[in-house]
Amino acid sequence: MTAAVRAELARWPASLKVGSASFALIVLTGLFAPWLTAYDPYTQDLANFLQPPSWQHPFGTDQVGRDVFTRVLYGIRIDLQIGFLTTYVPMSYGLLLGALAGYLGGWFDTVLMRLLDVAVAFPFLVLIIVIIAILGPGVHTIYIAVFILAWTMYARLARSEMLVERGKDYVLAARTLGYPTSRVIFRHAMPNVINSSIVFSMADFVLNILLVSGLSFLGLGVEAPLPEWGAMIAEGRDFIFDAWWIATLPGLAIVLTGVSLSLIGDGLAHRLGQRQRSFL
Amino acid sequence: MAILEYIVGRILQMVPVLFGVSLVAFLCIHLVPGDPVQIMMHGRATPEVLATVRAELGLDQPLPEQYLRFIGGAIVGDLGKSIIQKAPVNEIIGERLGPSLFLLVYSAVLAVLFALPLAVVAALRAERLIDHSIRILGVVGFAMPPFWIGLLLMVLFGLVLNWFPISGYGDSFVEHLWHLFLPSVTIAVFLAPLLVQSLRSAMLDVMTADYIEVARAKGLSRRRIVVKHVLRNAAIPVVTVLAVNIGWLLGGAVIVEYVFAFPGLGSLLVRAVGFRDYPVIQGLTLVFAVIVMIINLLADLSYMAIDRRVLRR
Repeated sequence: MTAAVRAELARWPASLKVGSASFALIVLTGLFAPWLTAYDPYTQDLANFLQPPSWQHPFGTDQVGRDVFTRVLYGIRIDLQIGFLTTYVPMSYGLLLGALAGYLGGWFDTVLMRLLDVAVAFPFLVLIIVIIAILGPGVHTIYIAVFILAWTMYARLARSEMLVERGKDYVLAARTLGYPTSRVIFRHAMPNVINSSIVFSMADFVLNILLVSGLSFLGLGVEAPLPEWGAMIAEGRDFIFDAWWIATLPGLAIVLTGVSLSLIGDGLAHRLGQRQRSFL
Repeated sequence: MAILEYIVGRILQMVPVLFGVSLVAFLCIHLVPGDPVQIMMHGRATPEVLATVRAELGLDQPLPEQYLRFIGGAIVGDLGKSIIQKAPVNEIIGERLGPSLFLLVYSAVLAVLFALPLAVVAALRAERLIDHSIRILGVVGFAMPPFWIGLLLMVLFGLVLNWFPISGYGDSFVEHLWHLFLPSVTIAVFLAPLLVQSLRSAMLDVMTADYIEVARAKGLSRRRIVVKHVLRNAAIPVVTVLAVNIGWLLGGAVIVEYVFAFPGLGSLLVRAVGFRDYPVIQGLTLVFAVIVMIINLLADLSYMAIDRRVLRR
């Protein structure tokens, strides 16, 4: 077992190792946040507002005296959770629909493609904002909006991969052996269809964190007292001249998370033999 | 003739998509849970006012008739009236269309200017230290939230160094260039990494092609080969990346416009959502989609100009 693990690790490119290690560190920091800081992310301390970074407050304090470091740590939980769900929930049914359309063709494929044509005609963020205008701001609306829209990218990817796989010998062989269609799709073709989506999902994860923090920054996403990174940047914006740390440091957390995920994507692209880079 | 056929066919393809797009824009007011007029008035209107507004928006008519009126109006450029700003939606949008398109083109040009030298160096020194450094730079640029970069640039170059204005649009072309520099750089930082990677891999593909070997055998200088042969053939991926990412570009511009209080379509959208000004939201949805479709059309036509082989497909 350990030998197998060691052999697999030896095949990992450096970017995958560095990315996974730093992402694991970020996840652990989020999980153990209560043990890593003496402060509470919500408790105000009006006697100590707008304090610059110091030993007591490594990232300083905000306009109501909350410890910025603590809020950034608790923000990991919020941003990663939303980023994860908004990436992998749509990916699951996007892959399924795209693979089915690619394999089966016919009216199902036609209907799906027309839907995708309409979906890509809009800027993604604009449609998300329109759905927020319909249902009202908040995290739940972001989930609904992304679940309605984001699967289209995976469907498109899976469909085009499936069109290639469908014509390959191993699929023809499986069909000739009389295997049921579902078995050919899911057991034979799917493992080859899924790779490009896995690589893309890393870039998508980054974009979704940017999306959620961006919407919160616009005041359309996560509501104020929650320590979401974009919302913190929006709050710090008014004090950026006197207290640069409130808006700047949560932004660094976003960059660090995004770089870790992009490195994983880049490494996975190498490891899985995908030609394209993670963010293309 | 083939060219004309291709163009007409390409435009006809847009018709069903336009129908879908118009349906989405039309339905957005009808999907509001509860009474959209009540929400628009923030619950502070008398029943008489509500009835008047409802009649003004045509919401008291049957649904198919409303759609026909909406689509008929849209075709002649009438997008209804903003309840909040008390002005026709097409005028409100028209005022801001120019600045937004300017921002879009400006940031695309800056992104190409940033990306071109980096991609050339990365491709000529592939898999060396400088190539890896450029890739890391791209990964970092890609992960930076546009609103955060915008804020930092605004503070550093606008408030501390006082080199550039931090808001507004200016009155002349030169003033536009000056006012829009910081917002355009912000968008370019996000876009350039995508361009660098695709241009780099396209150049690597072209550099191994036979005719480059021929050019080398003919004794052409390295510089001439890169400029005349490699870059020209790597131009298609640049157009593709710009066109494919036009949606992201416009989305990023929405946030950047808001940060810089820029009088464009994006900041208008954010404000309209805040006020629940549904006629403006509907109009913008339609306009954004049409911009994306036109840019994709232009991209397809420019492939044709770069490479006539497209016609045979």
